[in-house]
Amino acid sequence: MVRSLTQTAALIGRARREYAGLADKVGTVGLWLLIGLLLLVGVIATRQNLATGIIVGSVYALGALGITLIFGILKFAHFAHGDMMMFGAYVALAAFVGGGKIGPLSFGWGMIFAIFVSMAALGAGSIAIDRAVYRPLRRRRSGAVVLAIASLGIAIILRAIMLLWWGPDQKLYVAGIHPARQLPFDIRLKPDQLFIVATCLVLIALVYLLLFRTKMGKAMRAMSDNAELARVTGIDTEQVVMWTWIIGGALAAVAGVLLGIQSNLKPELGFTLLLPLFAGAILGGLGSPQGALVGAMIVGISQEVLVGIDLPFPPFGVPGYKPAVAFGILILILLVRPRGLFGKT
Amino acid sequence: MLEARDVVSGYGEVEILHGVSIAVEEAEIVTIIGPNGAGKSTLMKTIFGLLPLRKGKVFFAGEDVTGLAPQAMVSRGVCYVPQSDNIFPTLTIHENLEMGAFIRRDDYRGRMKEIYELFPDLAERRGVRAGKLSGGQRQMLALARALMLEPRLLLLDEPSASLAPNMVELVFAKIQEINRSGVAMMMVEQNARHALALSHRGYVLAMGQNRLEGTGEGLLNNEEVGKLYLGG
Amino acid sequence: MLRERLVTLLAVLAITTGIVGISANDSETLGGFISFLTVFVTTVAIFAVFALGLNVQWGYTGIFNFGIVGFFMVGAYTSALVTKEPSSNEFVRYVGGLNLAERLGPLNLEGLTGFVIGALAAAVVSGIVAFLVAIPTLRLREDYLAIATIGIAEVFRRIAIEEEGLVNGTRGLTGIPRPLHDLVSPPDYKYIYFGIAVVVLIIIFVAIERAARSPWGRVLKAIREDELATSASGKNIFAFRMQAFVLGAMIMGIGGAVYSANQGSIVPDTFTHFFGTFIIWAMLMVGGSGSNRGAILGAYVVWGFWTLTGLIQPHLPGALEARTSYIRDLLIGLLIVVVLLLRPNGLVGEERRVSLFAEEEDKRAATRVGAPAAGSAEE
Repeated sequence: MVRSLTQTAALIGRARREYAGLADKVGTVGLWLLIGLLLLVGVIATRQNLATGIIVGSVYALGALGITLIFGILKFAHFAHGDMMMFGAYVALAAFVGGGKIGPLSFGWGMIFAIFVSMAALGAGSIAIDRAVYRPLRRRRSGAVVLAIASLGIAIILRAIMLLWWGPDQKLYVAGIHPARQLPFDIRLKPDQLFIVATCLVLIALVYLLLFRTKMGKAMRAMSDNAELARVTGIDTEQVVMWTWIIGGALAAVAGVLLGIQSNLKPELGFTLLLPLFAGAILGGLGSPQGALVGAMIVGISQEVLVGIDLPFPPFGVPGYKPAVAFGILILILLVRPRGLFGKT
Repeated sequence: MLEARDVVSGYGEVEILHGVSIAVEEAEIVTIIGPNGAGKSTLMKTIFGLLPLRKGKVFFAGEDVTGLAPQAMVSRGVCYVPQSDNIFPTLTIHENLEMGAFIRRDDYRGRMKEIYELFPDLAERRGVRAGKLSGGQRQMLALARALMLEPRLLLLDEPSASLAPNMVELVFAKIQEINRSGVAMMMVEQNARHALALSHRGYVLAMGQNRLEGTGEGLLNNEEVGKLYLGG
Repeated sequence: MLRERLVTLLAVLAITTGIVGISANDSETLGGFISFLTVFVTTVAIFAVFALGLNVQWGYTGIFNFGIVGFFMVGAYTSALVTKEPSSNEFVRYVGGLNLAERLGPLNLEGLTGFVIGALAAAVVSGIVAFLVAIPTLRLREDYLAIATIGIAEVFRRIAIEEEGLVNGTRGLTGIPRPLHDLVSPPDYKYIYFGIAVVVLIIIFVAIERAARSPWGRVLKAIREDELATSASGKNIFAFRMQAFVLGAMIMGIGGAVYSANQGSIVPDTFTHFFGTFIIWAMLMVGGSGSNRGAILGAYVVWGFWTLTGLIQPHLPGALEARTSYIRDLLIGLLIVVVLLLRPNGLVGEERRVSLFAEEEDKRAATRVGAPAAGSAEE
């Protein structure tokens, strides 16, 4: 029976291949329609959730951007990224020495400083980890699978350090209630949340400038296209790798801090973050920066909007099922258009 | 200018070249021909540093460059154009050329203008993503990219591969034009007849060893070569 | 080769001596000492089952499953639901409860038959889950499958917690029937269960060793060594890999069943990434990925190390003691990284000619002798 089941699966695969062109187009159109539907529902029925989804989505975007860059350039799935984000949040916590408030925000320049410290720490730390672990494995021509398992090891180590240093309990940057402000369209947002979106936008814009206007950025895109050709052209691939880790690490740090501002810090949350991050990056097309942005945003919005809709069956209406939404998106995109929205065949 | 002596190399446990020697003089076009599996591409990759050299030596401009990495070869004025996947598809033509000039620290805009004059077709489309180009245009871009560093020696791996006949003409014409400006070229080609016709000298490789050597014309007219390697 | 064997021997010896020594020192009675060791070996056996399941997925076919805990959980809950009595009061709500004890009557052999049925049910459900997860992912990249396994583990955890009526939510299930429980007094039950766990381990080990040497296993080996050639000779690569993945998942499901019958009660919080996934990877890596004996050895060494540090903990000065468990976590992660860097084949060393970690370039080269591959100019 197992055999006939696998044969059925193989048949499905064959059918898909034969009608590939048509299926692909139908699938793509269907996807975009679904996305449009999602946004429409969000705007009409659950604007508050839509807004939260945009906030969460933009934070995911920073993480997914890092993942997609690392995947495109270093050619492996970085399973330590979620824990790295959380680690960044904790480093900022350690560097956060209070310091008043900026305007309506719940924190002051102390937080800004802490964010920069965290970015620097994670950027440098990522390079160190690369030199210690990934580079020797690369030199040995280890495949993507081995690198992925190594990143699992790193994830475990990061998590353990967080537990060791800060303990397993939940932490907040600034305790207390922070009032939300009323905005048009029935949306209430805290000033902190606007800060989050603004920061994400700024960082995304900076990354874009880097990737499309600077020599190193173009070299990164080139190496993502074809690493061997990059070497042959004379591009300093080790330098590109270094910058990839700096950017990936820095973005992860900020994402972690922003997530911490939005909710809280807890070492155990790191690994689970991988689900929406990868779902977003894969939805957009692994390797494509614009894909990571769009994909992550859609995952964030989907999680919040779907959970905000009042239907009697899961995952609607049940906040605990947010990861299930991300998972569903992942499976859907792999079934319908594995290369993602912006990926090449 | 370039000299490879008794090169032994291969992939992993497999040895492809069993001691091959070739030389390329200044501003020469040298073509390497031979059957599949002879080791032509392997030789080129080994010289350029993409494959580890097991035995033998490589000299360039009097310097021992045996075993140097590709980046080191590039900085010495040797550029390599792979047979396939030789452009960056998501980068524009202009960006591809910029990458070609990556290691240059000076202002290379002048050079870029020269390249665009040499390849007017590319100049017209400089903002187009390279992935959208036709096969022939890609080959031109690959050549142009390699020229951004004003190399003294170009290594071309089957420049006419999978091109339509009229494109092959254009590519070879362009290669001659480039050579006239003083760039030496080492070419590996399946299109032996055409390649030898514009080469100063050529080598025939078979089974990882030197078989024949001569001028381009000489090899073209050679009966044995004609029967075995030049086909119809 | 000799040096590798020596290292293995030393590791095993060190751990065994440490555990036996310290627990003997700490135990007040001989009975306590033997009791402690029995529980230790039982736990090793259960972990070894998971490690074997992982090896079938990773060692036999190169799939890396980062959501082992999901299959573990599914197996544990399935066998619990199948063997338990139905819920007797309104505060404890869950589906199922086939109450095999009552239905089977004397056939139940003091819970043994029920246990076996539960374990088989666990295997089937786990296998189905694996099948469904692999359909969209296995054909693409192993990375996608890995992420999907993380996803499925998380989804199952959420379902267990959120759907109150399914498995009694966060309160979990208690009163899971334990095979042969009534034969002895409760304190002595652990000796019986030790036997059951070891027997299950041996059965699984023999079964998959046989499978590895069977024609099926040989095809898998051929796929590992040269996928292109094997596919060219007509074998459906996807089907074989799927079968190995499902088989591995089924074993993990059985592991879950053995675990839940041993514990007698389970809650969603039991199933953590650390003990359900991470530690098992460390065990397989340390012992020798690709080798079934390595899986068992790794389970012994890693759990032994864990237990040893647990024994040492009370003897440490105060400040150190509190943080010891997280230092152990750290060392587990470090083990994986260090083994990959220094000794990818683990303690057992490499038996097969083509290792999972063989330089990619060499692997490709070995298949390329002769005609150049399509599209490349290899000559």
